[in-house]
Amino acid sequence: MTVFIIRRLLQSVLVVAVMTLLVFAGVYAIGNPVEILISQDATEAERAAAIARLGLDKSLPEQYLAFLGNLVKGDLGTSFVFGEPALQLVLQRFPATMELAICAMMMSIFIGVPLGLYAGLRPESIAGRTIMTGSIFGFSLPNFWQGLMLIMLFAVILQWLPAGGRGVRGEFLGIESSFFSWDGISHLILPAINLALFKTSLVIRLTRASVRETINLDYVKFARAKGLRPRRVIGLHVLKNIMIPLVTIIGLEFGSVIAFAVVTETVFAWPGMGKLIIDSIFQLDRPVIVAYLIVIVCLFITINLVVDILYAILDPRVRLADQKA
Amino acid sequence: MLKTLSTASFAVAMVIGATAYAEDITIAVASEVTAMDPHYHNTGNNNQIVGLIYDRMLHQDSNQQLGPGLAVEWGPIADDVWEFKLREGVTFHDGSALTAEDIVFSYERVPNVPNSPSSFATYTAGIAEITVVDDYTLQFKTNGPYPLLPIDLSTIQIVSSENPDATTEDYNAGPASVGTGPYKFVSYTPGESIILEANADYWGGAPEFDTVTYRPISSDAARVAALLAGDVDVISGVPTSDIATLEGNPDIVLSQGVSNRVIYLHVDSRRVYSPYITDNDGNQMFNPLQDVNVRKAISMAIDRDTIVEEVMEGIAIPAGQVLPEGFFGVSENIEVPEYDPEGARELLAEAGYPDGFRLTIHGPNDRYINDEQIAQAIAQMLTRVGIQTEVETMPRSVYFGRASGDDEGSEFSLMLVGWGSGTGEASSPLRALLHTRDDDSGLGRTNRGRYSSAPFDATLQLALNTVDDDMRQALLARATEIAMREVGLIPTHFQVNTWGSRVGLRYMPRTDEYTRPTNVVIE
Repeated sequence: MTVFIIRRLLQSVLVVAVMTLLVFAGVYAIGNPVEILISQDATEAERAAAIARLGLDKSLPEQYLAFLGNLVKGDLGTSFVFGEPALQLVLQRFPATMELAICAMMMSIFIGVPLGLYAGLRPESIAGRTIMTGSIFGFSLPNFWQGLMLIMLFAVILQWLPAGGRGVRGEFLGIESSFFSWDGISHLILPAINLALFKTSLVIRLTRASVRETINLDYVKFARAKGLRPRRVIGLHVLKNIMIPLVTIIGLEFGSVIAFAVVTETVFAWPGMGKLIIDSIFQLDRPVIVAYLIVIVCLFITINLVVDILYAILDPRVRLADQKA
Repeated sequence: MLKTLSTASFAVAMVIGATAYAEDITIAVASEVTAMDPHYHNTGNNNQIVGLIYDRMLHQDSNQQLGPGLAVEWGPIADDVWEFKLREGVTFHDGSALTAEDIVFSYERVPNVPNSPSSFATYTAGIAEITVVDDYTLQFKTNGPYPLLPIDLSTIQIVSSENPDATTEDYNAGPASVGTGPYKFVSYTPGESIILEANADYWGGAPEFDTVTYRPISSDAARVAALLAGDVDVISGVPTSDIATLEGNPDIVLSQGVSNRVIYLHVDSRRVYSPYITDNDGNQMFNPLQDVNVRKAISMAIDRDTIVEEVMEGIAIPAGQVLPEGFFGVSENIEVPEYDPEGARELLAEAGYPDGFRLTIHGPNDRYINDEQIAQAIAQMLTRVGIQTEVETMPRSVYFGRASGDDEGSEFSLMLVGWGSGTGEASSPLRALLHTRDDDSGLGRTNRGRYSSAPFDATLQLALNTVDDDMRQALLARATEIAMREVGLIPTHFQVNTWGSRVGLRYMPRTDEYTRPTNVVIE
């Protein structure tokens, strides 16, 4: 297992290196951030000075090598726009995005798995069909529009919940989070639902399909024949076996919820990383874009690693060290 | 000029307004600030907020007219020396008194802010030397006659010299954010909120609201929804497509005012070959835009009223020059060019292009109100007079770099751009957009079409060296007339901004597009 983890980490370094190269070349090709940042009244000399200060007067390879040199020292550069360390800016907004992602994933698991289970066990029932039809909506509604509809319904018409922003954080055991205050939670509900709807539908469909497949397998039939109670057959034999594809998908989706909450964060003015990255892309703030992507790549690598380890725990047939990953 | 139209039912506003008394106000704006350091980044988003915490020597009012700020009297005592008398008895939020030292310190800090993406040094460059005569009198020596000094000084916030080594981080965190302005700094949470509280001891009188919260909401639809939900009290940048619906809503008040921003076309008028112009068969041809008559024909082919009525849904003003009427240096002799497709065709034929030519118009799609649709409308209008025009729009991060191009010129031939006059008078657009490009003096830096005219340059130069206000105003108007006659650029319309507020409040529009609690009146 140790060998497996070490090999994984080495691969990750390679992935990060390739990713930074692509982002560097990509942002370089788009244009010059100074054109966007600098005041329209600035003189040519000031413009040249700004370009030199940001190191943009050097050639692309020189800029990239300088970046790598700093990266080895743990310095991801300073934001062109905010003038603060890029990594610090990204990490500052990390908790807000995590809150949203955790909340959305919890919703999709605790709503999606039971509903999917029910639809899988009773596929012909009215409730089962309704669940499946409903999940089509979850899939097909555009995230942006769906968010606005949530706001219109719950914030504008019913006035139950705030339309956006992050609420006052509560403190519990020294941790500051929206989860610990009512105001914080009330701000969290709508964006989390918006983010969770698609994932919930995915989990429902996946659970249902796995249940339908498992329920007819010999060991389930045997367990039934043995006279085990249905609760035990489903709770132990079925559920444990369908967990393997579910864990993979939930793991990957958790990563994507964090990385691509951009639309939800924009609609709900949620001050997370997604909003930072989209603003940074508009302003060509390369250090922030690179720092953000490095954080996200590391996150995906960690999640994949955790998923692989969970596999081994859930399915004794999987042995990590044997995998040529 | 200030046009305010009440759009909510007046009767409803009266009834509810009588009972509503707001102590706190929440304002949603489209963009985040990048720092609370008032000298860090020269952008409207930052200036509108830091300008509440700090004062300037001179203040620009809602129409960008200069008035007293920390200085109560000012004027030239020689062609290149100005004297400023400071207001006495002004204190910073920490209780210390404002003196000439703070002024000098602020101007000296401006060019030396580390990592500043867009420095205010442009506005201190005209100052050669500052002499402190006494605690409340200062003399500024300028590099030659420099009539723009008062305007330049009206852009720079005065900070306290008690924090000589304060960094941008110190301002963001709060300890250094100490000004003399109507509101005090409370907190700044990046991407989330900026909270200010009233400065009861403000020299201009205690402000109307106890607490002001700014929230950045970049999505237009979400900003409108936040206002409808009652989460925020005032929003900026109401999208034109939502105006009709909001006008019918009795809980919302809209207010509109013309901005200092002209939307115009830069025309590639110098190069022999222009990159996006071909003849009707797609072959390279000599650049027809060098001919003033062709440029004039393009201007005549544009139906400005239709752009305003259809594309902008009535929320804009047709333009014939670079600033709307009422601003300093605007010419009264310039009419908005009349829509005349027949005349345009005749001019093209006279110029030797009876069958027109092919052209691509470029524009941004995320910078100005309805920018992409405007470019499309113009393209259709030009095609109608025989210039087959294609449209290409792109995000601003790509667009402006390419539009500015390099020393050879722009990458485009005809481009849609906008210019907001930060100084509130005509020299800003004339200097940047129309003067012959000259890297040493910085004149013509944004002259993307490379229009170059000796009579225009001479008139503008004269204006820039004339300290007498009336004389300078006449010269600026004269320079504008020359450039418009030679079609150095083609203005289409002045942008009108729309603010929304909950009933009981009304926003008094500003031409500089800022959204400030000091412009909110309680009804």
